Amino acid sequence: MKTNKIFISGDEAAAHGVRLSRPHVIAAYPITPQTITVERLSEMVESGELDADYMHVESEHSALSAAMGASSVGARTFTATSSQGLLYMVEAMHYASGGRYPIVMMNANRSVALPWSIYGDQRDSLSQLDSGWIQVYVEDAQEALDMMIQAYKIAEHAKVLTPMMVNLDGFILTHTYEMVEIPDQDMVDKFLPPFETPNKMSFENPKNMAFSSQPDDNTEFKYQQNKAMFDAIEVIENTEKEFGEQFGRNYHGMVEEYMCDDAEAVLVTLGSITGTVRVVAEQLRARGLKVGILKIRYMRPFPEKEIMELSHKIKAIGVIDKDISFGYEGTVFTNVNSALAKSNATIFKKNFIGGLGGRDITKAEIEKMYKDLLAGISTNGQKTVEFFNLKVETND
Amino acid sequence: MERPIKRDFKRPTHINDYPVGPQYEAGFLAETNASWRTFRPVIDLDKCINCLICYMVCPDGTIMKREGKVAVDYDYCKGCGVCAHECPKDAIAMIKEEL
Ligand code: SF4
Ligand code: SF4
Repeated sequence: MKTNKIFISGDEAAAHGVRLSRPHVIAAYPITPQTITVERLSEMVESGELDADYMHVESEHSALSAAMGASSVGARTFTATSSQGLLYMVEAMHYASGGRYPIVMMNANRSVALPWSIYGDQRDSLSQLDSGWIQVYVEDAQEALDMMIQAYKIAEHAKVLTPMMVNLDGFILTHTYEMVEIPDQDMVDKFLPPFETPNKMSFENPKNMAFSSQPDDNTEFKYQQNKAMFDAIEVIENTEKEFGEQFGRNYHGMVEEYMCDDAEAVLVTLGSITGTVRVVAEQLRARGLKVGILKIRYMRPFPEKEIMELSHKIKAIGVIDKDISFGYEGTVFTNVNSALAKSNATIFKKNFIGGLGGRDITKAEIEKMYKDLLAGISTNGQKTVEFFNLKVETND
Repeated sequence: MERPIKRDFKRPTHINDYPVGPQYEAGFLAETNASWRTFRPVIDLDKCINCLICYMVCPDGTIMKREGKVAVDYDYCKGCGVCAHECPKDAIAMIKEEL
């Protein structure tokens, strides 16, 4: 296969993925660290490289609302945001998922105020797990580009018709440069056919869009949304397989297990931290320690089956959360732990909270997490939540 | 398009009877909404000159034409009396509803 690799940032890779997906309408409001993506897209529209309407809107709430209007009558639409911008969209996010409008959104994962911070963590999108959007988290710029293309195929599938959020870690991915393969347009066109909406704008068959419901019907619409989200799992797996066959890159669907086959201690990762954990896990393996990684790709729908299966093979599991639900634990951990409870696995569990507001997670810290897990195997599986990189003493 | 009137609606019995998301054929009126009306507008067609001012001013869009004549859709009329007030021919009387 001929290659066409260029040296670009994660934001630019996402923009190329969107361009190749041929959206009709792009409506976005710039916010650090997403800005480069929408700047590149507006340049592509300006130069004619991308035949789309670029709508200038005054806020993120308007951006998603505009995308929703376009998507509701069959336009392929894109928006992008981050952090405070995502939170400003929240009302429209539930509208879009309830309306079953398959909008694709890039979210550059960033901390939320206060304290004000433009740096990365995953508190923005993880706070929106209940908004009805499919959520995927990518590890590098190539995966960002590839997932933009896959996202349209998944979201627009007749069994799914649910909007999808592609999450990139702010700065760590959005602003770092990598060699990224740019697929040929004709290959993408073959993979991603035009979107056929069930709600085409029509004078012959006019539709009442986005109506209200009485208590008699609301539950049924929510049941359908939930069903579509579960049906998305098969669509995700098939889309992944087809993508792998056509483009030669495979991300393994809902999760990627790395060196898990005979692993005793597994760290669960979400997003770009996976790359660093791979390096540490390989080093520890070379020293004979049985460690592995479960890279969660999708937070919604959630890879419950995969986690339950893994739990029977391993002895300890740690979850790295760039998030904390104050008064409880990291949200990724809560979700993982729920799957573990259903599998009746009695394994050692630990939740590592860190990487908040852009703080780096070091290799030494990851090595210590693995050591904690291996040491915990002989204890009786009590879960603990630990802020692993506090720089000061506490009273605990 | 004719002004739609209430139609028989067969309630879904299977989840697949529901549309994908809240979108459905436009103008499909499945429920009535007039139970709070205390006075009903009654048009005297002998006086009516078909000017359609009542149609223009009705806040609920419940004035319609049926077989060329002005009529009120009592399934949705709330009985506010604006039409009677504005009719240039005093062709609309507000009659108390019998309970
Ligand atoms: S306003 Fe009076 S005269 Fe005019 S159409 Fe209505 S009922 Fe008839
Ligand atoms: S009474 Fe009010 S709601 Fe009823 S037809 Fe007249 S204007 Fe319309």
